Amino acid sequence: MESYLFPFDSLICMLLGISFTVWFTLLLVFIIVPAIFGVSFGIRRVYMKSLIKLFEWATLRMERGAKEKNQHLYKPYSNGIIAKEPVSLEQEIQEMRRGSAEPEFDMSDIFYFCRRGVESIVDDEVTKRFTAEELESWNLLTRSNYNFHHISTRLTALWGMGVLIRYGFLLPLRMKNYLSDKVHLMCYRICVRALTAIITYHDSENKPKNGGICVANHTSPIDVIILASDGCYAMVGQVHGGLMGVIQRAMVKACPHIWFERSEVKDRHLVAKRLSDHVADESKLPILIFPEGTCINNTSVMMFKKGSFEIGCTVYPVAIKYDPRFGDAFWNSSKFGMVNYLLHMMSSWAIVCSVWYLPPMSRMEGEDAVQFANRVKAAIARKGGLADLLWDGGLKRGKVKEVFKEEQQKLYSKVLVGSSEDRSRS
Amino acid sequence: MGSRASSLLREEDIEEIKKETGFSHSQITRLYSRFHSLDKGENGALSREDFQRIPELAINPLGDRIINAFFPEGTNKKYTAREDQVNFRGFMRTLAHFRPVEDNEKNKDLTSGEPLNSRTNKLHFAFQLYDLDRDDKISRDELLQVLRMMVGVNISDEQLGSIADRTIQEADTNGDMCISFSEFTKVLEKVDVEQKMSIRFLH
Repeated sequence: MESYLFPFDSLICMLLGISFTVWFTLLLVFIIVPAIFGVSFGIRRVYMKSLIKLFEWATLRMERGAKEKNQHLYKPYSNGIIAKEPVSLEQEIQEMRRGSAEPEFDMSDIFYFCRRGVESIVDDEVTKRFTAEELESWNLLTRSNYNFHHISTRLTALWGMGVLIRYGFLLPLRMKNYLSDKVHLMCYRICVRALTAIITYHDSENKPKNGGICVANHTSPIDVIILASDGCYAMVGQVHGGLMGVIQRAMVKACPHIWFERSEVKDRHLVAKRLSDHVADESKLPILIFPEGTCINNTSVMMFKKGSFEIGCTVYPVAIKYDPRFGDAFWNSSKFGMVNYLLHMMSSWAIVCSVWYLPPMSRMEGEDAVQFANRVKAAIARKGGLADLLWDGGLKRGKVKEVFKEEQQKLYSKVLVGSSEDRSRS
Repeated sequence: MGSRASSLLREEDIEEIKKETGFSHSQITRLYSRFHSLDKGENGALSREDFQRIPELAINPLGDRIINAFFPEGTNKKYTAREDQVNFRGFMRTLAHFRPVEDNEKNKDLTSGEPLNSRTNKLHFAFQLYDLDRDDKISRDELLQVLRMMVGVNISDEQLGSIADRTIQEADTNGDMCISFSEFTKVLEKVDVEQKMSIRFLH
């Protein structure tokens, strides 16, 4: 028996050996070597272009298929579910008063609040920022598809092939590369290649310099890799356990970062002091901070926490915008854990994003930290084409503060009392 | 990382909701997606906490009353499995009150006689925001409660009291010191209710 299998065995071994060598050589040549020297082959751009064409074809095919079967296709509400009237409280109430002889209060005053309330139930600015963005055309990732019925064999075959490629080829490739470590920049550059990240850096002349703070909008942990592969930064953050902790410790060996214990985070003065000390030292790398405090889904920029803007040094704003067609980079940390997220990331098609370095900003005379933070936030939102919101990213997990309701009440009272003042005067 | 929301909504359900509320097919699927994204517990129904999680609603002075309107008295099995939960049918039924009134709607044959978004039904929705105990009358106390919710701490009790008294005086025709639904309708007969209580749903 054994002698019968023997020749087979050695043949298989030989084949495996050869294919492994070939694969490894290819890997070395096409990925690691260029990464070391920072050269790109442009393969990824071609890959990106062909993917786009493929997605468009897939969507067309689905639409045609749905029409034939006379089914309805789910179209994501890219234009919104409702059209909101941009009418303010005072305007609306003045309008309603015009007809009648100015009573102080009208039963119809509640219509305004009622309508606004129901409008916010149907579509509000905040909760949709914490779920993944919806796409117009399908990108062959089941997780982003709402219409997945069996439309045609060709499409299913394509999807099947896609799964095969992503889980059998791209994923293992990236796992291997992701776990490698070495010199700071080279390490990050390899990661970038590994994730098939196609990043376009704009305005590199504004890149952050030593002794400053770099602020950026936050969408996923990948933001760090993306920025760090184009420059050296000192990171700020909490000491984590688990996988993140291992990565953090590895990073500290390469560069002096600022890590805090969880208990230290509560003490804002301590944090501020350590940051200012670091910034004052000109030889230290610029600090990278994400002032939103949590991951947002990359359609908007939410309130910046003022802490980092109180330190009083130059701020280098950076805007990061991902292209959602190739893979959704957003990490919904309240729904998915880190490992789950990494799995999703590594098995998407690619990560395509643009990074804009904005010109440095400093706090102006008579401007307080909050106003400065808002100014920087507006600049980042403008550059990245994101919506600029005043809402706090903390609303992902926590409740809104009572003080905002009180503002609404004050506004309405002014309208009521204001009209009675007019009456007594006339 | 999107959710496959619409795959949980069957065609028959969509047809029934269409007949009852008058929403179009695509509007129903989009609203289902919204319903699903609000439903954090993923059990096919919304609780009061799910609504309160919407920041813009939480800061609305009448937020709690509006949320109440989604949870009707008693358990009509079609719309609620439990008293404190509302399913998608119930959700759509309440939202249907805010559909704009279109002229060609008058010819549609709807099962429950008058369409949900008629002027009377819109007024009834607003009436229920005042009438907390659902006895079809707005008493002075109920009116004061709503006024207090709308102005917060910025107006004194006496001033608020006199506003309430004046309002009841003007509206009350049968002298029972309460505002019934017909008196309510009469007071608002000159107001463009159809426009003020309508939301422009996109197709």
